[in-house]
Amino acid sequence: MAVSYGFHRPPAVGTVAPQEVQLSEFREPAAREIAGMMRSSLSRRRILQAAGITGVAAVAAACGASGDSGSAAASTAASAADLSDSEKTVNWSNWPGYMDSDEKTGARPSLDAFVKQSGINVTYNEDINDNNEFYAKVRTQLEQGQPIDRDIVVLTDWMAALWIESGYAQKLDKAAMPNASANVIDKLQNVAFDPGREYSLPWQSGFGLFGWNKSKLKELIGTDTLATVDQLFNPKLKGRVTVLSEMRDTMGIIMAWQGNDPSNFTEDQFMQAIDALRTQIDNGQIRSVEGNSYMSDMESGNVVAVIGWSGDVIQLGSDFGIAMPESGGTLWTDNMLIPPLVSHKKNAEKLMNYYYDPEVAAKISAFVQYISPVKGAQEAMQKVDPALVDNQWIFPTAETLNKSYVFMTLTPEQDLKYQREFQKAIGN
Amino acid sequence: MAPVVPVASVTTKVAQASKQRSRIAYLLLIPGLGWLAIFFVIPLVTLFMTSLQAESASKPGTYVPGIQFSNYTDALAEYWPQFVRSFVYAGLATAFALVIAYPLAYFIAFKAGNWRSLMLVLVVAPAFASFLLRTYAWKTILADDGPVTSGLNALHLLPDGRILNTGIAVVAGLTYNFLPFMVLPLYASLDKIDYRLIEAGNDLYGSPQQVFRKVTWPLSMPGVVAGTLLTFIPAAGDFINAELLGSTKDKMIGNVIQTNFIEFRDYPTASALSFALMAVILVMVLSYIRRSGTEDLV
Repeated sequence: MAVSYGFHRPPAVGTVAPQEVQLSEFREPAAREIAGMMRSSLSRRRILQAAGITGVAAVAAACGASGDSGSAAASTAASAADLSDSEKTVNWSNWPGYMDSDEKTGARPSLDAFVKQSGINVTYNEDINDNNEFYAKVRTQLEQGQPIDRDIVVLTDWMAALWIESGYAQKLDKAAMPNASANVIDKLQNVAFDPGREYSLPWQSGFGLFGWNKSKLKELIGTDTLATVDQLFNPKLKGRVTVLSEMRDTMGIIMAWQGNDPSNFTEDQFMQAIDALRTQIDNGQIRSVEGNSYMSDMESGNVVAVIGWSGDVIQLGSDFGIAMPESGGTLWTDNMLIPPLVSHKKNAEKLMNYYYDPEVAAKISAFVQYISPVKGAQEAMQKVDPALVDNQWIFPTAETLNKSYVFMTLTPEQDLKYQREFQKAIGN
Repeated sequence: MAPVVPVASVTTKVAQASKQRSRIAYLLLIPGLGWLAIFFVIPLVTLFMTSLQAESASKPGTYVPGIQFSNYTDALAEYWPQFVRSFVYAGLATAFALVIAYPLAYFIAFKAGNWRSLMLVLVVAPAFASFLLRTYAWKTILADDGPVTSGLNALHLLPDGRILNTGIAVVAGLTYNFLPFMVLPLYASLDKIDYRLIEAGNDLYGSPQQVFRKVTWPLSMPGVVAGTLLTFIPAAGDFINAELLGSTKDKMIGNVIQTNFIEFRDYPTASALSFALMAVILVMVLSYIRRSGTEDLV
């Protein structure tokens, strides 16, 4: 049985069929898609955000101003008749370039293998470009209790938290998912928004960190390594620096630089970081604040040093450096959820479980170059690509992990307030 | 005896036929009117109502129907710089587009001869590629190490030493992207000019400048007005160029609307800004058309 890849002919790797580009999706996502189009290199995760994973963050959330912000209050989403046995299909919405694929044919080997093995057809849509944008697209249906016609969606921590809290995620039948029950790495097992992973399963994680153009950096500041935020804000790099339009990554790194804890901060501390960001924007140090378009700016040499995402920077190749800022970077996870009223829940669970097979997980991580959340994937990587077994950006060491912060879980009110401050600082 | 045709019955028939014809005309209008009602009037009313919503007291972050005109004043107080910038950038882009497009359209209409169709196709051809892709291509064209920037830098013409991520790049992008919308109406209107009028001007000892000023330009006014409107209106609301080619200091009103809608989910503010944008454009367009005296030409 052949896999069907959504509504259109499957695009080549790293590209998006032009007819899929809609006006409503322009802005940053557009830049991201185009960045994908321009580079025919390996594909990658587009937009990433960090949010609460740690217990500390849970406390912070529970202490939040709003009474209904307790994540424990989550109730499972409404379920519908499961047609999994009669309809051997599953609809999956994921981010572009987040799946292994063959550059020439556009085939997706790991998905094809699943179809063969299970007899379940997978409709794989790369239609999530931005957490907020995707939420805006399906929000009305969710609020009115209508199905959104997707059996699996992949959302970043804080958005996943919002969905679980609002009752837009169904409880997973872990008994039917032996791999998934056993193989979530310890660090991600008990997250604040979903203790014990009852509603969500990590797809991939990644870091917010430094990336730079080695030769240009040496030319400008005399060294080809970038270690501190002070170096990033060296006046010699004026106008050659970009930071992420993702509040949680940019602000997390600035707060850590200022000696504050991005996992547990006060409003004053956040505003202090906003001031620093404003200063660097106003004095022209920061050229622009970008989603994924920083990749092409790095390649063309317009931009020398960035706050970017680990998988992206690795894929730029060996002319570019990557490092965690000495004062600390950020760590985020994207999570698979089953929305309300899906009609193929069992199939969806089978598919999720399949990707928790260590060997399959190793194949995914070898391709997308983000952190695998699957126990045993590192051992399995020996067979897939031995060169990547010790890659600390895919299988981070304790040291690397310790240098990364998970952004504090915000109440919806805090999130809005901070987003407004951040967007105002970046000109919106 | 020949049958007498009652005169009255003939007139009734004629009247009936014309009534029927006008009924058909109305029937034919229905699809268009229906389309407008569903896809223009209803969204417009919804947009206006949304722009007056107030934040729910019990559930912050959600909005309930209301009549809160302060949405407008608040939004404009906060975002007036982006508002003004949008009109400045759009105005500059329109002016540049006119300066570039007029000679081009003139050439195509009067001098291109057999090449006319080919040139028109070439004007439109870029539109076959995605708007987004074309804008993205400008990032490459204007790259810091690219020929354009290096050339201008050698002449010390760039204050920041770069074009990309400055207002210049945004205006250049807008000009480029909306140029066909300027060329085509200009061409259509120049092409309609009876060339004998221009010849007559020359025969009557008008200098080329005089002939242009007194004959060609006035006769091409409908094209100028249509072209400037078709360029200015979408350019004022555009956000792609500012997003891809600008910096944080070059954001336009479209970017702000997008952020309010998607990031903040603040639909009333986004709607108020959209509505205000439409209102301002409408007022500007009306006074512009009135001043240029082309109400019945456009």
